[in-house]
Amino acid sequence: MIRYAAGRLTSLVISLFVASIVIFAVIEVIPGDPAAFMLGVNARPDTIAALRAEMGLDQSLIERYFDWITGLLQGDFGQSWTYKTPVADLIGDRIWISLPLAIYALILSTLIAFPAGIYAASRRSGAGDITIMGATQLGVAIPNFWFAMILVLIFAINLRWFSAGGFPGWDNPLQAMKSLTLPAIALALPQAAILARVMRSSLLDMLGEDFIRTARAKGLSARQALWKHAVRNALIPVLTIIGLQFSFLLAGGIIIEQVFFLPGLGRLIFQSISARDLIVVESVVMLLVFTVIMVNFMVDLAYAAVDPRLRSKA
Amino acid sequence: MTYTRTGLTAALAFCATTALAQDSITVAIQLEPPNLDPTGGAAQAIDSVLYANVFEGLTRFDADGAIIRGLAQSWDISDDGLVYTFNLAAGVTFHDGTTMDAEDVKFSLDRARAEDSTNAQKALFEGITDVTVVEPLVVQITLTQPNGNFLFNLAWGDAVIVAPESIDTIASNPIGTGPFTFTDWVQGDRLELTRNPDYWGPAPALASATFRFIADPTAAFAAVMAEDVDAFIGFPAPENLPQFEADPRFQVLVGNTEGETILSTNNKMPPFDDVLVRQAVAHAIDRQAIIDGAMFGLGTPIGTHFAPHHPDYVDLLGNSPYDPERAKELLAEAGFADGFTTTLKLPPPSYARRGGEIIASQLREVGIETEISNVEWAQWIEDVFTNKDFGLSIVSHTEPMDIGIYANPDYYFQYDNPAFQTLMETLNATTDPATRSDLLAQAQTIISEDYVNGYLFELAVATVAKAEIEGLWVNQPTAAVDLTGVSWAN
Repeated sequence: MIRYAAGRLTSLVISLFVASIVIFAVIEVIPGDPAAFMLGVNARPDTIAALRAEMGLDQSLIERYFDWITGLLQGDFGQSWTYKTPVADLIGDRIWISLPLAIYALILSTLIAFPAGIYAASRRSGAGDITIMGATQLGVAIPNFWFAMILVLIFAINLRWFSAGGFPGWDNPLQAMKSLTLPAIALALPQAAILARVMRSSLLDMLGEDFIRTARAKGLSARQALWKHAVRNALIPVLTIIGLQFSFLLAGGIIIEQVFFLPGLGRLIFQSISARDLIVVESVVMLLVFTVIMVNFMVDLAYAAVDPRLRSKA
Repeated sequence: MTYTRTGLTAALAFCATTALAQDSITVAIQLEPPNLDPTGGAAQAIDSVLYANVFEGLTRFDADGAIIRGLAQSWDISDDGLVYTFNLAAGVTFHDGTTMDAEDVKFSLDRARAEDSTNAQKALFEGITDVTVVEPLVVQITLTQPNGNFLFNLAWGDAVIVAPESIDTIASNPIGTGPFTFTDWVQGDRLELTRNPDYWGPAPALASATFRFIADPTAAFAAVMAEDVDAFIGFPAPENLPQFEADPRFQVLVGNTEGETILSTNNKMPPFDDVLVRQAVAHAIDRQAIIDGAMFGLGTPIGTHFAPHHPDYVDLLGNSPYDPERAKELLAEAGFADGFTTTLKLPPPSYARRGGEIIASQLREVGIETEISNVEWAQWIEDVFTNKDFGLSIVSHTEPMDIGIYANPDYYFQYDNPAFQTLMETLNATTDPATRSDLLAQAQTIISEDYVNGYLFELAVATVAKAEIEGLWVNQPTAAVDLTGVSWAN
């Protein structure tokens, strides 16, 4: 187990290092001078030069990379060029929207997908299975931003149960959760559809395995065999998907955040890219990459917990 | 970030029905200000939120674009037009309690014109040679040469009066002299203002105001329909306006802006260096089709680079009526009977993206092929504006009274006409209104007859608001959401 974890950890560190170089290089080559953008079309060249110096843009690319990376290692994300506030504060404010939203959506999607997948697998080819599979087919096909608009149309504009978007802050947790509910549903349903399908097919694979037959031969009912043996073994591919989905939900909320005008990380990236606030983009993307890699690391560890064979293999 | 909001304001902002006190308002605009320093960046959103609300200058624009008194209550101009003496309003304090006096005016103007200034409109202060404090409430500004635009220049959001005591944190905590004080900014979501109890002028009717930033047109529609916001200034989805007009809950205000939307043409790049080619392009354009197709009917056709609602506007549409046959003749005359291919670089606003598709098809009719590329603003500024790497582009020039850009041969469309440059110099040094009118008419005519750019339309601005709201600006003489005169009818 320790050797397995150490191996995973080494690849984690290497991934992070490579990612930092790629992120910095890719983002720095985006055309458009941040200082010229900020000052607009009437600015004079000397004014732009003054601002470039103020922003540290007159340094070489390599100097700036090392400044950035040594800052990151010390927990300093730098200072936003446009907002003129520390990037860490910007992230700190917004992560409290994106993270709860991603977790909320993940919980919803799991709550929907697990029962649906297990039910469909246990009623294979029955009416319930066909209905659920039809619904998930639809769920996979519908883009989440379109679904989000439909939710707004029904629940905000017509029924007026929810506001159309925005975030009131965590001062009032109930209102905050309420404002995240429509976005979470919009994010969760397509994910739930995928997860339910994976759950079902993974369970069906397991139900055909020898050990299930053995279990049945020992006298377990079909239901007991399913719950005691198949579900646990079917969890590995499901965990993989959940790990990927969490990363997607955290970083991929960008469109949903636009639709519901939520001030989350996705919207921060979106705004920062168009404003060429590169330091913010780099730091936020790096943070997301870090999160994704960490989540995958934890999923790897979770495999080992679910599947004892992985522990000895390393 | 300080969370000073009370539960009450949060509830007001987010309950769909605000049956409580009608002295607060939630106003949405599309773009969020990047920071809150109007003297240090070009972003219009900074002025949209802060102009006239939090910050004031010596003079200011009123709702119709006229220059009226601001912190300066009166002024004298010396006979040679070189010395302006401003008498400041008495009893004015900044929001942090410090007194506003002539020293602050001197500080603000000297800072804006300093060598290391990052003021985006530094040119406004170009002619100033000296700012002198005469008395605590009297300040004297000396110019190198007479400047007929000087009072107008001082009305810009970039020329507001700031204090040395609060300048270091202005970007996150703006301290002005205006009727509203800045309370809170939840970046990415909203910004809150509260009535300034110590305001030197008449107190505004609103006790508080919340600005929300909703970029997406669909989200904008939903937010207004769900009554999450009370007013949306610069509503981004013109296709939805009829629906609001038909709904008794709302009023729709359509006003004009200072935005001349033009088909920018690179005058130094062949074949656009030939006036015949530019004239051909002008005749190939069907303005009304663009206004209808791209702007859903909002916008006024223009024949030169000047706002049609301005008293000095000259109607020059007759120089370039839609006439594709004439365009083809002109192209043949210029030696391009078979047409040519050029680039068309489009920035993000819908006037450019939608308008660009329509213009491309109109130009194709006369044989001009365009390679369209959609660019972000930052890239537009680099490619088109700075490096002049473009054939055609579509941009709305939103600065008020900006015909002077045609006198700068290095400006991105690279129009170099010494006669026009001399005319502008004369204009700048002229203070007599009648002579100025005459010179402005000549200037408009010269650029129209030189077909410098394709003149399309004056950008309109749509505001959707609750029916009971009164006093919102209909027009946008400058980027501003002036809440001073806004109130609820009920």
